[in-house]
Amino acid sequence: MSLKTKKLQYSLAINEALRQMMEHDDTVFLLGQGVKSPWYVGNTAQGLLDKFPERVIDTPVSENAITGAAVGAAIAGMRPVVVHPRMDFMLYAFDPIINQAANWHYMSGGNSTVPVVIWGIINRGGEQAAQHSQALHGLFSHIPGLKVVMPSTPYDAKGLMVAAIKDDNPVVFIDDRWLYDIKEEVPEELYSVPIGKGIIRKPGKDVTLVGISYMAHIALKSAIALEEDGIDVEVIDLRTIKPIDTELLFKSIKKTRRVVIADVGWKTCGVAAELSALINENFFNSLKSQVIRLTLPDAPAPASRNLEEAYYPKEENIILTVKKMLGN
Amino acid sequence: MRNMYSKETLVNLHKSMVRIRFSEESLVEPILNEEFKCPVHLYTGQEAIAAGVGAALSDEDYIFGTHRSHGHYLAKGGGLKEMIAEIYGKDTGCSRGRGGSMHLYSPEKGFCGSAPIVAGTISLALGSALASSIRKDRRVTVSFFGDGAAGEGVLYESLNFAALKKLPIIFACENNLYSTHLPIRECRPNDNIYQIAEPFGIESHRIDGNDVLQVYEAAKNAVQQCRNNQGPVFLEFMTYRMRGHVGPNDKIQEKQTDIRPKAEIKKWEKKNPIEKFRRYLLENNILEEKDLNRIEREINEEIADAYLFAKESPHPLKNELIKYVFKN
Repeated sequence: MSLKTKKLQYSLAINEALRQMMEHDDTVFLLGQGVKSPWYVGNTAQGLLDKFPERVIDTPVSENAITGAAVGAAIAGMRPVVVHPRMDFMLYAFDPIINQAANWHYMSGGNSTVPVVIWGIINRGGEQAAQHSQALHGLFSHIPGLKVVMPSTPYDAKGLMVAAIKDDNPVVFIDDRWLYDIKEEVPEELYSVPIGKGIIRKPGKDVTLVGISYMAHIALKSAIALEEDGIDVEVIDLRTIKPIDTELLFKSIKKTRRVVIADVGWKTCGVAAELSALINENFFNSLKSQVIRLTLPDAPAPASRNLEEAYYPKEENIILTVKKMLGN
Repeated sequence: MRNMYSKETLVNLHKSMVRIRFSEESLVEPILNEEFKCPVHLYTGQEAIAAGVGAALSDEDYIFGTHRSHGHYLAKGGGLKEMIAEIYGKDTGCSRGRGGSMHLYSPEKGFCGSAPIVAGTISLALGSALASSIRKDRRVTVSFFGDGAAGEGVLYESLNFAALKKLPIIFACENNLYSTHLPIRECRPNDNIYQIAEPFGIESHRIDGNDVLQVYEAAKNAVQQCRNNQGPVFLEFMTYRMRGHVGPNDKIQEKQTDIRPKAEIKKWEKKNPIEKFRRYLLENNILEEKDLNRIEREINEEIADAYLFAKESPHPLKNELIKYVFKN
């Protein structure tokens, strides 16, 4: 792509996606808690209220009704983005997301569509404990009718937000505050990253290392470190966790026949478990090693920094796992 | 009130009620014969509400419904053939056999959809009203829900947000005195549901829901207020269902579960909204007996045609099971 680019931090890439989409399409609007203030959403919404006073709506703390309102507005022809600055609070909105939005197109036999973006922000770490740190992407991935995207770079954050807004289906867009300061060159013009497509961050032949959201960065760092030991890791950033890009994943596994999955969520019934099952169904006889999942332990997030340190998987966990898998 | 409305308006109100009543009663025999198993929540007894509110709306206005929404759908202009076909699970149904009785759709007529999660569509209606307010399109949304929904938190969240943003929405509570099996006195400390809107500064009224002219009058005023940006309005319609919560008689495993006192049922039988209005039309020389008979005959013919259509229509194809999970 020979596009004019500029260096943008992740959160401002989202901001640019929202601004450009609101300029491009007057049915797009932003709704949710704190969109007026950096207190909740950082600088992701900066400048939007001034530019679109009627389409940036800060709301009372009423997740169920406000998410339902976004879903209803979508049914009535708008393309709303509803933000949950801490996705833990999104649990209040399970009914409009799951019972209504996810099922709506099917229940209507295709007569009604719900082009809504439900944006939830993960807030890992910070000694915030169990109700301020959760990564709930696995729950949403379980539901038919929802698409779930988790961009890890500024380029993908902008492109997937644009794609999510343009999609005619409900899309759950999940990011993480730990990603907000990451910077890279991002095209200034409006573009989409296709939903359902992963990307190879580093080609390799020995092991396929799948990273999700923030863990895609840790995976890449680990892979670079492993090069020094002569281990050639292929890193896949999944980007969309529903639908999964099986084409890209399977092509890589055919080559490496070894897989490690690094997810930001819990282990049991999580996205890593789903990937593992998919791999088992398709590569039962041809893997050189069992699939290994590096996830959060099946435990709530702790407050104490000492426990928190043990809670989140790190580069060293991935490096050790890969080495062990290769018998080093 | 006699001279307030044209003959056409009055006759249409009557036709609308009779069409709903006859359609609902036509389902009793097929249900008992188990021609389909789809749960059907009959609207018999409550027709004046759908007919009166429906007549106050234009095609561009929106309605969201509930589990008991055949009447709302028909009164908003939804096709009778498509509704019967839907209940029979046919591909020609208004939701192509994916939704059944509890998921009716007619978006081209402004019937956005019905769903059985108690209070689940209230926030969706909030959203279509929000969409109208952003677009300034002067459309009005009616959110139908039952007395049982007054126990759900999302109603209060929605009342607050609607009042805060002065949204063009009519909260239409059909109080039939029973939440499934449970009498209202066992659900609420008092029975004045309309008063729940008052603390939010929302104009609210309690209306005799079995008097179609009172319903129409209240709905017309509420619609006018919403169009003039003086919404929202809360209307509580007092009524009674003459059939079971689900199906004709609430018999479960041969056991009669309807605990409603016989005297209470008798009292409400005397308040039959259709007979009441029929008398009114005759006494005021608006229609003669032969006109009324002709109307009934024509409606019966339409219903017979609808059954013919439904029964002759094909079921959805098995290989289209997952069609409509996503819009492509």
